[in-house]
Amino acid sequence: MIQSDGLMFQSKMSIGQKLLHLHWLFVVLLVLTACIGFAMLYSAAGGNFEPWASRQMVRFGIGLFAMIVVALTDIRLWLRYAYAFYFIMLVMLVAVEVAGFVGMGAQRWISFGIFNVQPSEFMKAALVIALARYFHGGSIEDVGRVTYLFPPILMVAAPAVLILRQPDLGTTLMIGLASLAMFFAAGVRMWKFGVLGVLGLISAPVAWFTLLRDYQKQRILTFINPESDTLGSGYHIIQSKIALGSGGLFGKGFMLGTQSHLNFLPEKQTDFIFTMLAEELGLVGGLVLISLYVLLLVYGLAISLSSRNHFGRLVGIGVTVTFFLYIFINIAMVMGLIPVVGVPLPLVSYGGTAMLTILFGFGLLLCVHIHRDVTIGRRDGGDEM
Amino acid sequence: MHRDSERHKLFSRRALMLGAGQGVLMSALVGRMYYLQVIEAERYKTLADENRINFRLLAPPRGPIVDRVGAAMADNQQNYRVVIVPEQAGDVERTLSLLSLIVPLSAGERRRILREVKRKRAFVPITVRENLDWSDVARIEVNTPDLPGVLIDVGQSRHYTFGPETAHVLGYVAAVSEKELTGDPLLELPGFRIGKAGVERVYDMALRGAGGSSQVEVNALGRVIRELDRQEGQPGAEVRLTVDLQLQRFVMDRLGDESAAAVVVDVNTGEVLSLVSTPSFDPNDFNTGLSQAEWESLVSNPKSPLTNKAIAGQYAPGSTFKMAVALAGLEKGVITSDTHVFCNGKIKLGNSTFHCWKHGGHGSVDLQTSLEQSCDVFFYEVARRTGIERIGAMARRLGLGASLGLDLPGEKSGLVPSNKWKKKAIGSSWQLGETLIAGIGQGYILTTPLQLAIMTARLANGGRAVTPRMTKDVVTEDGVTPYPPTQYDSLGLIPDHLALVLGGMERVVNSPHGTAFRSRIKENTQRMAGKTGTVQVRRITKAERETRVLKNSELPWKERDHAIFVGFAPLDKPRFAVSIVVEHGGGGSSTAAPIARDILEEVQRLVPLAANTSDREA
Repeated sequence: MIQSDGLMFQSKMSIGQKLLHLHWLFVVLLVLTACIGFAMLYSAAGGNFEPWASRQMVRFGIGLFAMIVVALTDIRLWLRYAYAFYFIMLVMLVAVEVAGFVGMGAQRWISFGIFNVQPSEFMKAALVIALARYFHGGSIEDVGRVTYLFPPILMVAAPAVLILRQPDLGTTLMIGLASLAMFFAAGVRMWKFGVLGVLGLISAPVAWFTLLRDYQKQRILTFINPESDTLGSGYHIIQSKIALGSGGLFGKGFMLGTQSHLNFLPEKQTDFIFTMLAEELGLVGGLVLISLYVLLLVYGLAISLSSRNHFGRLVGIGVTVTFFLYIFINIAMVMGLIPVVGVPLPLVSYGGTAMLTILFGFGLLLCVHIHRDVTIGRRDGGDEM
Repeated sequence: MHRDSERHKLFSRRALMLGAGQGVLMSALVGRMYYLQVIEAERYKTLADENRINFRLLAPPRGPIVDRVGAAMADNQQNYRVVIVPEQAGDVERTLSLLSLIVPLSAGERRRILREVKRKRAFVPITVRENLDWSDVARIEVNTPDLPGVLIDVGQSRHYTFGPETAHVLGYVAAVSEKELTGDPLLELPGFRIGKAGVERVYDMALRGAGGSSQVEVNALGRVIRELDRQEGQPGAEVRLTVDLQLQRFVMDRLGDESAAAVVVDVNTGEVLSLVSTPSFDPNDFNTGLSQAEWESLVSNPKSPLTNKAIAGQYAPGSTFKMAVALAGLEKGVITSDTHVFCNGKIKLGNSTFHCWKHGGHGSVDLQTSLEQSCDVFFYEVARRTGIERIGAMARRLGLGASLGLDLPGEKSGLVPSNKWKKKAIGSSWQLGETLIAGIGQGYILTTPLQLAIMTARLANGGRAVTPRMTKDVVTEDGVTPYPPTQYDSLGLIPDHLALVLGGMERVVNSPHGTAFRSRIKENTQRMAGKTGTVQVRRITKAERETRVLKNSELPWKERDHAIFVGFAPLDKPRFAVSIVVEHGGGGSSTAAPIARDILEEVQRLVPLAANTSDREA
C-alpha cells in the first residue's frame, strides 16, 4: 500500500513539476552566500578575477547544475544505491592509500588524469546516505540494541581510520561528529553516548601516541598556547586574530584589508577567507555571512523535519550537521577557539572538491524536500524495486 | 506503524536538540567575533599597524670638514659596491663564478657570501665587494644580462682630500665596535662609521647628524611593498677648522721624511693654523680596512706614524725653556738686564761639573746675549739663584706642564717638575743640580710641541693666556655657532721683563752672533724672532768629553739630538707662533730653525694680516 503510494507519487511528478517544487528560496540563499565568496576571492587576488574568483564561479556553476540533477533524482534511487556508493568511496580511499600523491604535505588526492579527486570529501556524503539507509531500516527497538549498532560503527570507523592515516584530521573529525549526530537523531540511547565519551577520554592518550602525526600534535599544543610559537603554527592563529580584530565593527573596506593583502594571513583564499572577510567588512560583514548560514541551516533542519520518510529525515539531518560542522570548525579555528584544522568555509573558500561535496549534499537535501511526501516502508530498501 | 510514528517523534525531538545545539555554538561564534572585533579591536588595530609598518633608519650623510677658508678636508664620496640578490640570481654559485671573471673572488670570500645567502632572506642584497673602481663597475654593468641578481649599489664613504697631510688633525672613521654601541640604533646600521680619532672623534656627534627614518609597508616576509612616509634626517654639521689646508700641506712637505712635529698658532686667538706630525698615514685606508701587513708596518715603524707627536710627543724643551727661566729670574729679582755671568764653558757644583754647549765658553754674558748665543752657564746660574719652584710656576703660567684643552683627543700634559712631584714620583728630594739642568730645559721637564707653540704665543702676544683651538666655531651636538670674541687674561708678566726676553729672541735670529742668524727672514715686515734648542738624548760620558764630543752625523739615528725651534713673526706686530721638533734631527739652529723660517714665511704669505683683522680683535 505504502509502496504503491510512493510509486503513484513518482509517476505523478514530471521533471517540470519537480522543478516547481524545488526549494527556490534555499537556492537563492546559497547563491547569495557563494557570491560573497566570489567577492572575497576577487579581493584576495588584489582586485582580479584571476586566479581564484573566475574558476570558483565556473565550479559553482557546474556544482549548481549537479545539485539540481541530484535534487531531481528519485530519492529511492539514493536509498537503493546507498551502500554501493559507500563502497565505491571506500575503495577509492584505499586507492589513495596505495596510489594517491601527496599534496600540501598530506596524501589526499587521487588523480584521474585531467582532474584530481579527494575521495575523503565525497565519503562525507556517501556515509550520510549509507547511515541514513541503515537506520531507515531499523525499528525503534532495533536501535535500542547494542549489537545493532556494530555495523554502522564499522561503517564510520573504516573510512575514519583511512582518512586519519592520510592524514586529514579535519575531515576525520567532521565524519566522526556528523555520524554521531546521525546516531543521535536515529534515536540511539543517551547513555550510550555517555559510554562513548568515557571511552574517548580513555583512548585519547593512546591516539596521541599512535594515530596523530607530529604536525597534528603540534597544532593541538599550539592551540593550547599559541604565543609559545609565534613563527610556527601559532603564527597563523595570531595573525588571523590580528587581522580579524583590526577589522573592527565596519571593517577596513572591501579590498583594503592590510593584513590579508600583505600576506600576513596564510591561505587567505582558502581556510582563512573568513578572517579576510571580517577584516575588510568588519563585524557587520561577518554577521551578514553568518546570518545567511543560519538561514540555510534553519531551512535544512525544517526540510529534514518535514520529510515523511525516515531516510529523508536522516539524510537531511546528516547534510545539515555536516554543513554546520564546516562552518563552525572553520570560523572557530580562524578566531582561535579551536586548533588549526584544515576545514574550508563552505561555499566561500576557494576549492573545487569541497564545493562539489557541499552542493552534492544540498542536492540531497533538496531531493529530500522535493520528495518530502514520499513515504518509504522500513523494509523498502529500494533493492526490491 | 505506531512504532514508526514514535520513531518519527523521537527523531524530531533529537533533531530539534541538534538544531538548538547548533544555535548555541553559532552564538558562541558571534560572541567571539564581537569580543575580537569590538572589545579588543583597538589592541588588534595597533598590532596590525606594527605588523605591516617597519621603521627603517636612514643614515645621515656625515658632515664635511673644511679648513679656515672653506676648502674641503673631509667629505663623503660615492662608494660603488657590487651586491647579489639571491632571489633574482637563482643559482648563486654559478653567478658568482661568472662574476669572479670580472672581480676575482677568493675561496674565502665566496664562502662568506654563500654563508650570508643562507642566513638572510632571499631578497636581501648581499655585498660581494666594496669600493669598486669605475672600470669594474662599467664591466659589471655591461655584463648585467649574464649576471642575474647582480646589482651595483652606491653607498657613501668618508674621503679625505689630503689623507696623510691631515690625518693627525682629522683622525679617521671606522666601523662601530661592539664596545661603542650605546643603544643608538644608528650605530647598528650596517656600514655606519664613527670618528675614532682626531676632529672626527671630538666632533663625532655634530658630524654624525640625526638619522632619518622611512616608514615602509612590509608583507609577512619582510619584503618592502611601498614607502609610506619618509623623514629625512639631519645631515651632519659642517665643521670649519682653524687649520689652513695649504699651510698644512706646506708644513707636511717641508718636514719631509723626518720624524717631526710642527705647530703654528695665531698668537692672539689661539687658532691652530697648522698641526703636523710626521711621518703620517692615510686615513682613507682605515675606512676600507687595513690588511694585517699594512697595520704591522704602521705599528712597527720606529718613527711611529700613528702617534700625533704635535700633541702627544713629549720632549725636553732644551734651550727653548730659557725664556721661562729668564722671566722667573727677572720676576724674583735675582737678575736684571745688567746681570753678567762669566762663562768659561763649565760650572762646578759640588762634585759635579755642568758644561756649556760651547766648549771654550762665552766669556762674560748678560741675559740677552745668553739668549742670543744660548749660553748654558748663564742659565745654570739663573736657575741656581731662582730655584725650581719659581721656574716651574713660570713654566706653568706660560702653558707648560698641563694639558691645554685642545679639541683633539690624546693631548699629553707634559711635565714641569717640582720638589713635591719628585718626592711623590721618584721618592727622593730635589737636588740643586737638577735645578741647574732644568735651567737649560733638560732633565725631568717634558713639553709637547703644542705647548711650546703656546708658550711662544703667550710671550709674543704680550703675556696673555691664549689657549689653542681647532675650530672656527663652537661645535656642539645641537649645531655650530661662531666663537664669541675672547679676550685672554693677562699672565701678569712685567712688560719690561717680557721686552727683555723678546729682545733676546729677536737677537737669536737677527743678530749675526745669534744661533739662528742663518735662518733669518730678510723681508723687513715679516721678520721673525725665536729660540733654538738642541736636546741631548744620550749621556755624554766623561771619557768622550775629554777626547772629543761626537758629532750627530757620527751617531746612530736614535742617539742623535732632538732639534727644536720656537719662533714668532712678524716681529713688530706678532701674529703667528711656531714650534718645531725634529726627533734626532741634530741641532736646533741647523735643522729646526730653517724649517720654522720657511713656515713663518709661508703663513705670512697665505694668511694676510689685512684679511684677518677681525680675528685679531677676537
